[in-house]
Amino acid sequence: MTKVPVQFTLNGREQNEFVDSGSTLLAALRDKLGLYGTKAGCHQGTCGACTVIIDGSPQLSCLTLAERCAGKSVTTLEGLTGNGALHPLQQAFMEGFAAQCGFCTPGMILAAKSLLDRNPSPSRDDVIDAISGNICRCTGYDPIINAILTAAEQLRGARKSA
Amino acid sequence: MTKKRGRGMASVNYPTGMNLGGDPSQALIHATTTGSFIVTLSSVDLGQGLKTVMAQICAETLGVSTENVIIDTADTDTGPHCMGTFASRGTHRIGNAIIMAAKEAKSVLLEVAAEELEVDAGDLETDGAGNIRVKGSPQKSIAILNVALAAHFKHGRTISGRGIFLQPRSYPEPETGKMTPATCYAHACTVAEVEVDTETGEVQVLSLKSAYEVGRALNPRMVEQQIIGGAWMGLSHALYETTEPYYPNRAHGPTDFNQYLMPGPGDLPEFSNVIIERPAGDGPFGAKGVGEMTANSPIPAIANAIFDAVGVRVDSLPITPEKVLRGIQALAHDPEKWTPVFRKDHAQTEDAARH
Ligand code: FES
Ligand code: FES
Repeated sequence: MTKVPVQFTLNGREQNEFVDSGSTLLAALRDKLGLYGTKAGCHQGTCGACTVIIDGSPQLSCLTLAERCAGKSVTTLEGLTGNGALHPLQQAFMEGFAAQCGFCTPGMILAAKSLLDRNPSPSRDDVIDAISGNICRCTGYDPIINAILTAAEQLRGARKSA
Repeated sequence: MTKKRGRGMASVNYPTGMNLGGDPSQALIHATTTGSFIVTLSSVDLGQGLKTVMAQICAETLGVSTENVIIDTADTDTGPHCMGTFASRGTHRIGNAIIMAAKEAKSVLLEVAAEELEVDAGDLETDGAGNIRVKGSPQKSIAILNVALAAHFKHGRTISGRGIFLQPRSYPEPETGKMTPATCYAHACTVAEVEVDTETGEVQVLSLKSAYEVGRALNPRMVEQQIIGGAWMGLSHALYETTEPYYPNRAHGPTDFNQYLMPGPGDLPEFSNVIIERPAGDGPFGAKGVGEMTANSPIPAIANAIFDAVGVRVDSLPITPEKVLRGIQALAHDPEKWTPVFRKDHAQTEDAARH
């Protein structure tokens, strides 16, 4: 298989990799870089578990070719805990009991982060819309929606006091 | 187009555990040299919160904080035997086994502490914050860390305990069929409110309100988490999930998550839950199993609410718009057939009513 060099920003740091041509970003993250925060659910774009943020927008890493990420900025779940502390979204998920098996959680959190980056004051419907491509089989979604709204509120508060 | 509202209820009595050839689970506990307690299980946490609740049970029995308890699950080759986490049995069976193991470990712990403090073990208690003290004179105390070190390096003792809970095999009495397959029973009731679109047959569940009697909610937030997750699953079974939705040909069935329908975050009803506690005599701290049952009562409650709204009794799942619409049409076409059902006479079964 042809190897192609890819230069991109991963969680704020410059990353240089040789990836198999035609392989997915999901494979690069998990199999090459050992970043298991990104989950592989269906490998066909229907579950949302593999969601990452590419240049600000939520993308399915199982449908994204690794080589297409050249020059782009990719954020995975690991990028949220840069300074060792939990991100407000992670904190809110934990405190709001918004994870059970946890398989959907990384994708949910990144879909939510991308929403809150664009819209710091989302309505309940905005949140529902943002996570409608992410399947959860455990929680009934309600705790997830509430956790995202709680995190949004906290982030607004933090911004105000900053 | 008319939207009709209806309300329905259903209740469930749910056994904790089940009984094929007897229903046992084991737990082993030992203290490390640092005074942490390792609970070895082969039971599996699949997201229901087993590890958290087992740590609570162990910590409460030992009188230490949950941070000092490590729940080590997952290896069924090497761990003490467990029948498994199914049949809503985890909290009850494994919890009881842990209580038994923790009591044994605690007695060794207190014996070693007694030697170190030169007092009688019967006069000692844990303070819940990592120390063992003499009852009534708390200044005379020793850190559990030091007890663990002394046990290992001075007294040559293992601070450990073995536990098992067994619900023995129950054979039915030939005359009556009576048997005792389970332990305590949990109870719940759900009221569903729906809105049915009489033109499209679509059903929207507006609210699912439930009351659960769970013995004791060892972790109330997790009990609520189970109830909401389960209500969603019930809603999903009631109205959406099937591998063979409309077509007689299997090839037309769903092949992925795009076609296999489930309620999404936009299809949620209002959930509201009440937890009632009536401790079970045989449960760990009174707890019963609250797992699977949470998906049960929402289903007949929704079916009853649809009946209440449009008079259509659908007796196969899921209750798709197509089935509702066919029912509405049959009703319009041949009201006679449906009249007895309309009477909503709960004493009559649908079959009896048809005759
Ligand atoms: S793994 Fe990418 S959407 Fe399911
Ligand atoms: S927590 Fe299990 S799939 Fe969402």
